[in-house]
Amino acid sequence: MEVYLDNSATTRCSERAKNIMERALTADYGNSSSLHRMGKAAEDYIRDARKKIAKTLKVEEKELVFTSGGTESNNMALIGAALANQRRGRHIVAGGIEHASVWAAADYLAELGFEITYLAVDADGMISLEELREAVREDTILVSVMMVNNEIGAREPVEDAARVIREKNPDTLFHVDAIQAYGKYRIYPKKAGIDLLSVSGHKIHGPKGVGFLYIRDKVRVKPLLYGGGHQKGMRSGTENVPGIAALGEACAEAYEDFEEKIERLYTVKERFVAGVTRIEGVTVNGKSGRDSAPQIVSICIEGVPAEVMLHSLEAYGIYVSAGSACSSNKPAPSRTLQAIGLPKNQAESTIRVSFSVGTTEEEADYAVEKLAEIIPFRRKFTRK
Amino acid sequence: MYKSFLIKYAEIAIKGKNRYLFEDALVSQISRALKKAEGTYRVRKEQGRIYVDMAENCDFDEAVAAMKCVFGIVGICPLIQVEDQGFDALAEEVIAHVGEAYQNRRFTFKVNARRARKNYPLDSMEINALLGERILAAFPECSVDVHHPQVVIHVEIRSQINIYSTVIPGPGGMPVGTNGKGMLLLSGGIDSPVAGYMIAKRGVAIDATYFHAPPYTSERAKQKVVDLAKIVAKYAGPINLHVVNFTDIQLYIYEQCPHEELTIIMRRYMMKLAEHFAKESKCLGLITGESIGQVASQTMQSLAATNEVCTMPVYRPLIGFDKQEIVEISERIDTYETSILPYEDCCTIFVAKHPVTKPSLNVIRNDERKLAEKIDGLMQTAIETVEVIRVEAD
Repeated sequence: MEVYLDNSATTRCSERAKNIMERALTADYGNSSSLHRMGKAAEDYIRDARKKIAKTLKVEEKELVFTSGGTESNNMALIGAALANQRRGRHIVAGGIEHASVWAAADYLAELGFEITYLAVDADGMISLEELREAVREDTILVSVMMVNNEIGAREPVEDAARVIREKNPDTLFHVDAIQAYGKYRIYPKKAGIDLLSVSGHKIHGPKGVGFLYIRDKVRVKPLLYGGGHQKGMRSGTENVPGIAALGEACAEAYEDFEEKIERLYTVKERFVAGVTRIEGVTVNGKSGRDSAPQIVSICIEGVPAEVMLHSLEAYGIYVSAGSACSSNKPAPSRTLQAIGLPKNQAESTIRVSFSVGTTEEEADYAVEKLAEIIPFRRKFTRK
Repeated sequence: MYKSFLIKYAEIAIKGKNRYLFEDALVSQISRALKKAEGTYRVRKEQGRIYVDMAENCDFDEAVAAMKCVFGIVGICPLIQVEDQGFDALAEEVIAHVGEAYQNRRFTFKVNARRARKNYPLDSMEINALLGERILAAFPECSVDVHHPQVVIHVEIRSQINIYSTVIPGPGGMPVGTNGKGMLLLSGGIDSPVAGYMIAKRGVAIDATYFHAPPYTSERAKQKVVDLAKIVAKYAGPINLHVVNFTDIQLYIYEQCPHEELTIIMRRYMMKLAEHFAKESKCLGLITGESIGQVASQTMQSLAATNEVCTMPVYRPLIGFDKQEIVEISERIDTYETSILPYEDCCTIFVAKHPVTKPSLNVIRNDERKLAEKIDGLMQTAIETVEVIRVEAD
């Protein structure tokens, strides 16, 4: 039995996304900038994708910039917004458990002389709105908070955060990294007061190498890439037509029968959590109920190193990820697990299980069954 | 400009009646290495010299890079080869060569002529002097220094005339295949690939054994070892890598024996398994990357304890090296970057906080008796389930 429970790392591309991608690769392979009919046909794919995506977010089509994926979207949001608005101030606020592509972009901005304030999080990974209110100042140009954390599934209160920011400084821009949230929550940036929103294709059954950044109309962002002026100069480079077409399809698909899909995800997750926490010495990091993301569970398995657990499960065709990449040569404890205050030994014994809408209850049961089998055996053989 | 190389080799020249064996091996190793370089090459042996001729389609830099990995080569000399058409013609060729090879001609030089063909009208001393004059006349910026010249222009009068002035150093050693085959215990670390390289340098072909311990070590750790073998194979030729699943043996030792002795006992069984595959592959010895005192399992006492189970000679070329010296070689042969990738290897998984550093053989043997029940079966399974990967350089 093959049970893929690493859907927060990446997902399987959907049939519909694959089909449209194949068409754009082989039948309608024109360059969307070409003036002839082939070019127009390619451009139509992009137009369609824009329309589909804009509909899911209730935004305008022109407010979307296609990128190479989540990392580029986050980089563009932080660096692009900071550079375009630095005359108003050079202060940025970032969440406490952001993705590396936000941390690293913020580090780069700090090198350029921007001041970065990081918010603390509680044991569940939640930011504090009070702290946020304190952090936003007159010269704060940007706040960046992720909506769903990729390691523990914490669902940050971004709607409330947007309100707090607006109250404190209406000029401050608000970026939301929605890479793990899009397709799992209904997100309406305009209503919520979100100015910038990052999404990646391959987390929602689209292809790798494509994503988008929503940039609210009138918000100024400096492009990262310069060249032929594609996408109104916001991102030069021949459009990845097959990728964008497939992304559009995946986005539309994600919001079809939406409530039913989310219900199914929560059912599987709850079943898994109930089963796995019955095993001795297994605990869930952060929240595990409906106040956390429907697709992610982070579990700590006392006494078993995460990598050993991961490879043991692999032998049964079950694929998960290690919560904290660690080895004897290069200890690299996860910043998220550190931030929620997990001791080192627990962080090193943490695995992440993440579901897709295709995950069945049988698969969840199978994973629990194998975990229950493996854990006592592996616990016996650990370094003393 | 260059159409050939003259290949210099040293130790082979003193091998007496076996000399042709060594030369033939070197020729075949050079041909093998040049298959990786772009173009068509011809390697020929002539009058106790090895020449490599390049066709039009050859890439000079790739050819040099490939030959720098061939043991037995001491120097690679880009060569101009001309027919004897009188001294004036020769002088013109030499001047053309200097003009092309040296953009900045503010150097000191001397001409070093050798007259292997004794019927040439001038003797070596005369050639040196006359050619020196002609070069000075053509390039007044340079000057002669017969004691410490920056450039030595070699002119060899044979049936043809060889002109060369640069010697690109080769790796030295002896051609692989002239000294039998050894079984390298290859881990993912820094030392063992270097040990393999050093023994291969003495003309020894290499096979390797790697101990894999899933789920404690990952597929990536195994890939890392394959990648390391690939780099060693650049010098040593194709390697048959034996991947042995060691998990059950390791867990059994962990269960039955005192924890501080785990590493020593484990290594004894690794040696036994490696020796089994060595014999099967007709190897004449085992090769390890051990160095005295580097870690607990490499003290004199520990080495004696591991060595005791072997019936074959165990070659430990790094035995007297400091870590830094080993690192330097691994950087030079390009294994370092791969070696330091952070994947757990099977020696470190269960290592005790305070492993024995002075194991007593009696105690170890005694504790190994606790393994009597299952160990033979587990060893047999490890032997039967071995995966052999033929690793060749890219």
